[in-house]
Amino acid sequence: MQWVNVLAQGILLGGLYALYGTGLSLIFGVMRLVNLTHGDLMVVAAYLALVAGQLLGLSPWLSLLLVVPALFVIGVVLQRGLLNATLGKGVLPPLIITFGLSVITQNVLQLGFTADTQGLDAGPIEAASLEVMKGVTLGVLPLITFAAAVLVLTGLQLFLTRTKLGRAFRATSDDPTTAELIGINSRQVYGLAMGLSLAIVAVAGVLLGVRTTFAPSDGPARLIYAFETVIIGGLGSLWGTLAGGVILGVAQTVGAQLNPAWFQLAGHLITLALLAFRPTGLFARTREAG
Amino acid sequence: MSPRGLALGSTLLLAALFSLPWWGTPDQMRTLVEFTYFLALAQMWNLLAGYGGMVSFGQQAWIGLGGYTLIVLADDLHVNMFLAVVVGGVVAALVALPTAALAFRLRGGYFAVGTWVIAEVFRLLVASSTEWLKGGLGRSLTAAGLIARPLREQYTYWLAIVIGAGAIALVYYLMRSRVGLGLTAIRDSETAAMSVGVKITRIKLLVFIIAALGTGVVGGLIYLNALRITPQASFSIQWSAFMAFIVVIGGLGTVEGPIVGAIIFFILRNYLSGLGPWSIILLGSSAVIMMLIAPDGLWGVLHRRFGLELFPVRRRLPAALAHGQPVKADGKSASGDTTLAERRP
Repeated sequence: MQWVNVLAQGILLGGLYALYGTGLSLIFGVMRLVNLTHGDLMVVAAYLALVAGQLLGLSPWLSLLLVVPALFVIGVVLQRGLLNATLGKGVLPPLIITFGLSVITQNVLQLGFTADTQGLDAGPIEAASLEVMKGVTLGVLPLITFAAAVLVLTGLQLFLTRTKLGRAFRATSDDPTTAELIGINSRQVYGLAMGLSLAIVAVAGVLLGVRTTFAPSDGPARLIYAFETVIIGGLGSLWGTLAGGVILGVAQTVGAQLNPAWFQLAGHLITLALLAFRPTGLFARTREAG
Repeated sequence: MSPRGLALGSTLLLAALFSLPWWGTPDQMRTLVEFTYFLALAQMWNLLAGYGGMVSFGQQAWIGLGGYTLIVLADDLHVNMFLAVVVGGVVAALVALPTAALAFRLRGGYFAVGTWVIAEVFRLLVASSTEWLKGGLGRSLTAAGLIARPLREQYTYWLAIVIGAGAIALVYYLMRSRVGLGLTAIRDSETAAMSVGVKITRIKLLVFIIAALGTGVVGGLIYLNALRITPQASFSIQWSAFMAFIVVIGGLGTVEGPIVGAIIFFILRNYLSGLGPWSIILLGSSAVIMMLIAPDGLWGVLHRRFGLELFPVRRRLPAALAHGQPVKADGKSASGDTTLAERRP
């Protein structure tokens, strides 16, 4: 029964990781870009929710109304202001720029908020849980997180397949030059894609802040979990991202159950094992070439 | 600079550096040891990213492995500690082989993060060895007490100079060799390189392993100097951040760039260390701005404006050939060292 519980916790944790990975997967799918500030901006979102709570008295849930648009704008500005200028200049420029911004963000957060850990207070819901069967209790918050992941992925799926803008995203992903020929402004699409990616990061960041504590230097670990989710699930596959998150979450909770020090290690090892035996991930759809 | 001038200049500089223990102070020696390892680390990162096109944020793996190899060999197995530094590089190179098997399945940005994850695995494994490697507490190089401090510092200093000069020489000669030509061809066009018979994976693997070897040796040097190692510090992403920032600020894809970058980095680090987070913010911003306005770095700017060049890895055509014959369409393979040797704009 204990293991059923561990498994259930891991699956629910996977919902959070799916939210981490979705934005990373989306921008890689649309423009073959890896944003190394992904994790740090998640932490920024958590700090924004914290500030919204302190200054405006907003609950973390209500703060989403501010944090999500804020991160969307940051994404558009980042892409159009900095990253679009590096398009077609090889892999190095966007990596150095986003890595530099990652280091800068961590240190600015440390200057503004000190290195102390912080948390978001969502009230009694944080501790609420449901006992689904004897020995297996599911936290309400992890359930909400998982539901949010499914909701975000469904919404993204509908957006990409049913809307005109979504079709523009996919056309640009397939071939930006041809997409330009039929009147799609790829630079604009890239800006919106980064905005959307970071809007999802905002949701992940707030949920993360409610679930656990956070500190200025937490970003890189979040980036690595997002990366692992995408690698396991397969590049460019939305539902693969959910599966990837679940596998990562289960690996971590099972690892931690065996030895508390193995939480991260188990996740890394399953990622590397997948890389060794199924390098395209479980559900890859995007072409590797960039 | 002409080859003769280069040889003369570097001989004089090396003679001056080697004799420093007789005319300089221990403080100067310590400063140069630290400078040397940033210089050598940057050379190795530039070899990997600038020449090899493999942007890695996992080079701290080799620093940690080199450092821990030093401690284990010198303290547990009583190997001479200066020899252990060199063995640390060999260990890193051996571990780099299976690492490449995994990391090479990823490209571009995912390669960068993948190598980082592998370095994290090493960190966590070392940290979980609570008995032997003392886990997160780390270990000290007790063998350092076997020889008198002034003598140890003198040997460490000489070793550092050899490593620093060796790193420059290694990259220079490697880039002048067939490997260098192959790498340049790959950088210009992977498909074209393949079609003229460049063995892409083999060359990239060779570069990856050499960079691991060099970085591993420097890892040993760092902890021979620091005398104390922890998994958090030795396997820290900060090392890769420094390497990348130094190379980008100084100039990517040249031998001179990392030297210029290391000098600037070192000055900034020593003068701004009191500023705490601001110094790293400044460093990161410089790299970002450099990437946006002068992607070939400070050395690139100097080279374009004044035609400066210390270590010419380009090959020039004999004048008659360059002026007499039109470059053929397939010139890349036949006489096209000019195109191969062009720097990235």
